[in-house]
Amino acid sequence: MTGTPPDDVDVATRRPSLGAGLLWLAPLGFLAIFFFYPLAAILVASFARSLAGPLAPWADLFARPSFPRVVGFTLAQALASTALTLMLGLPAAYLVGRHTFRGRSLLLALTAVPFVMPTVVVAAAFTALLGPRGWVNVALMEMLHLEAPPIAFVHTLTAILVAHVFYNTTIVVRLVGDFWSHLDPRQTEAAQVLGASRAHAWRTVTLPLLLPAIAAASALVFLFDFTSFGVILLLGGPRFSTLEVEIYTQTVGLLNLPIAATLALIQLACTLALSGVYTALARRVNRPLTLQPAHLAQQPLAGARQRWLAAAVVVALSVFLLAPLGALALRSVTRLDPERGQTSLPAPAITLAYYRALGENPRQSIFHAAPATAIGVSLTYAAITVVLSLALGMPAAWMLARRPDDFLSRLVDPLLLLPLGTSAVTLGLGFTLALAAPPLDLRTSPVLIPLAHTLVAFPFVVRSLLPPLRSLQPRLRQAASVLGAAPARVFRTIELPLIARALLLASAFSFTISLGEFGATTILARPEFPTLPVAIYRYLSRPGALNYGQALAMSTILMIVCAAAMLALEKLRFGEQGEF
Amino acid sequence: MKLASAIGLAAAALVAACARTPAGPPVLTVMTHDSFAASEPVIQAFEQQTGAKLQFLPSGDAGTALNRAILARQHPLADVFYGVDNTFLSRALDEDIFEVYDSPALAAIPGEFQLDPTHRALPVDFGDVCLNYDKSFFDSRGLPVPGRLEDLTDPRYRGLLVVENPATSSPGLAFLLTTIGHFGEDGYLDYWRALRQNDVLVVNDWEAAYNEEFSGASAVGTRPLVVSYGSSPPFEVLYAEPPVSEPSTGAITADDMCFRQIEFVGILKGTTRRSLAEQWIDFMLSVTFQEDMPLQMFVFPVNPEAKLDPVFEQFMAVPTHPAQVEAQAIATHRDEWIEAWTEVVLR
Repeated sequence: MTGTPPDDVDVATRRPSLGAGLLWLAPLGFLAIFFFYPLAAILVASFARSLAGPLAPWADLFARPSFPRVVGFTLAQALASTALTLMLGLPAAYLVGRHTFRGRSLLLALTAVPFVMPTVVVAAAFTALLGPRGWVNVALMEMLHLEAPPIAFVHTLTAILVAHVFYNTTIVVRLVGDFWSHLDPRQTEAAQVLGASRAHAWRTVTLPLLLPAIAAASALVFLFDFTSFGVILLLGGPRFSTLEVEIYTQTVGLLNLPIAATLALIQLACTLALSGVYTALARRVNRPLTLQPAHLAQQPLAGARQRWLAAAVVVALSVFLLAPLGALALRSVTRLDPERGQTSLPAPAITLAYYRALGENPRQSIFHAAPATAIGVSLTYAAITVVLSLALGMPAAWMLARRPDDFLSRLVDPLLLLPLGTSAVTLGLGFTLALAAPPLDLRTSPVLIPLAHTLVAFPFVVRSLLPPLRSLQPRLRQAASVLGAAPARVFRTIELPLIARALLLASAFSFTISLGEFGATTILARPEFPTLPVAIYRYLSRPGALNYGQALAMSTILMIVCAAAMLALEKLRFGEQGEF
Repeated sequence: MKLASAIGLAAAALVAACARTPAGPPVLTVMTHDSFAASEPVIQAFEQQTGAKLQFLPSGDAGTALNRAILARQHPLADVFYGVDNTFLSRALDEDIFEVYDSPALAAIPGEFQLDPTHRALPVDFGDVCLNYDKSFFDSRGLPVPGRLEDLTDPRYRGLLVVENPATSSPGLAFLLTTIGHFGEDGYLDYWRALRQNDVLVVNDWEAAYNEEFSGASAVGTRPLVVSYGSSPPFEVLYAEPPVSEPSTGAITADDMCFRQIEFVGILKGTTRRSLAEQWIDFMLSVTFQEDMPLQMFVFPVNPEAKLDPVFEQFMAVPTHPAQVEAQAIATHRDEWIEAWTEVVLR
């Protein structure tokens, strides 16, 4: 029993210390106060409103013929969307993870933009492109002399799937691409030197090493698709319904809170089941690795094969991600032809009138949101969200990685994804109920908004940090400990530099989540502090071409703000590379 | 990290405390749906007149805001709630969230708007949900604009109409109620079957219907008939780019083809600023506020003394006989009507 501990056992896991256990305090305290407490409050209050007892809504729900259809469709579309997102995301992750090329940073920044766009304007962009009188259909009709538009897109299942790919590809590209860039390419090369074919080496060496990142990305994408709301409502249309849409309809349209709460519980149970499977899997697929600085793994494109692959990826990303954004930006500077009702391409009348009008407030409305104000408010909320979610996510991820077998770690791990499975309207009403009364009276406080954003961002932070933290060679830390470094010092000098890039990745996710969030924001918003999505929606909900144009102009500004922030973050990343 | 989050929480509590700090002028909090708007000078007029400060609390769409007010009954979020309409009125009254206020200002308001005889919910404005049509479409084809609901099932109007889903959209519900008012509870589903036969398009919200599908308002729409508001055409002039002198759209206000939405305000139970709340409600019913509303919120004043903007006067359309459905009947049957409609039209 003397001698050194075996390599694969972490010293720290065998030496329970109360001090480290305290690291759970902040993340669990936060989740308890701002997630579980409001959630419990709204569920309890909702069931209490069922006059026939708390079981009646269950019986009512299961008796509805539409119910199994809704659950089935919710799961099926999420599975299909996740698979498609991986199909586009993985090649793109390979490209940005393994290669350097001109425009790489810009490409990476642009893939993040869809993530922040409100669904109302994305639906508008897709209609402009692919609607019955959209640019593609009109062009095809003119070219092929067709009577009717050849492409039916809006209000189809295809539209839902394409929109989900549009929104979530960035999750796969970033999470997997980042992890990929740190895998030692020599392992795969060694396999090939030893005679493995390219495909065999990929399947037996690269893929298993990538699995933790792929699993994390898939789980996050699946949950986003599973709880999809705006995409289903606007691009799918009334013939499609998911659990999230039903929760909203029952709450807001029918004021049937007991049924809404029942649906919310079912959605939570599904989320919990999924994250249970995922966390169990994630533990198994992790293995210690020697992560490498990205510049060792990344090479310029070489050879026709790599160039063709790069071209194919860029074209695919352009079609799925950039074309709708481009259509939106183009519409924001295009004057709508006053001679409407014609079937031809819109006359190319370029105008900046919509942008100019954004700064004006001709009717002196008290709620007018000047672009600078909305940008400032959005950036402030986003910055608070980044700080809060990193402060909470880092200790949680560290505990999960270092003490995977602790009782608390096993218990908490699957719970951390639950905020992603909770509908915004449920949570918004829960905040109203639970946080508006003593002991915690935040009633009308603007701080509720970054708190709600942090709930969504927190799981992303944990999932971004976990794969690299778990892959860290235990020997590195053991050596430092043996040499007398305190745990805090080990973290600072060994672990922190190694996860620095993952921290930037986590920041990027938190930032974009906050920038684009609309559902909870609109319920909790204070008119003095309008965010960009709230301002966009305000214009969009009014008749008149000018209002519509202003909504598109504000959306374009949101795109630019997001892309600029992502580029700035990329620059930061570049500076960190030396430490790796 | 613990420190950081502790600081975060402390800062949060601090901001929250500052937001309601008792020093300074008394604050009247008004909870609304997120379509509420008013102009700076009008709000200032009230604040100067009373020495109070107004704080508005937009809380999502009308349904979400009402839910929020109901759920927060024990610890009200605001002193006044504005924005419950006649389709939700009975619900708000049954939940008993309002205090009685028999405002002297009600004397000037026509009885047709005063749907709550107990004076807990006081009418502020109204708007009519009516079909809008694309003028150039009907002009260029020499097709008459439909003058009765029955016309819409005529093959000549096949594929021309886009409506909103009543489960997710308030104008959608209003149009469903229009058909119930006209055809009765026994006839409306047959009518919708015929509409479905005639290729009616259903979308989930007004924004999609009006901005994306309606050919009168956008370059990409294909349907020349849409369920919108009687006040929409003037806005096609007021918010045109480039400026125009005539709207490209019109509203159909024939008898029984529109549904009137009336919006109400009430003093929330548990308020500690009762007299200020009363003053605000009187102010909302006064000519100053009532004349400000149309250009801010696209609704019409209930106070007949309020004068309208000339563009409004010229292009607005107000039906003389909107379809009638009792508020109590709406409250009782709303769910079953919507579900029956869903089965017939969407499945």
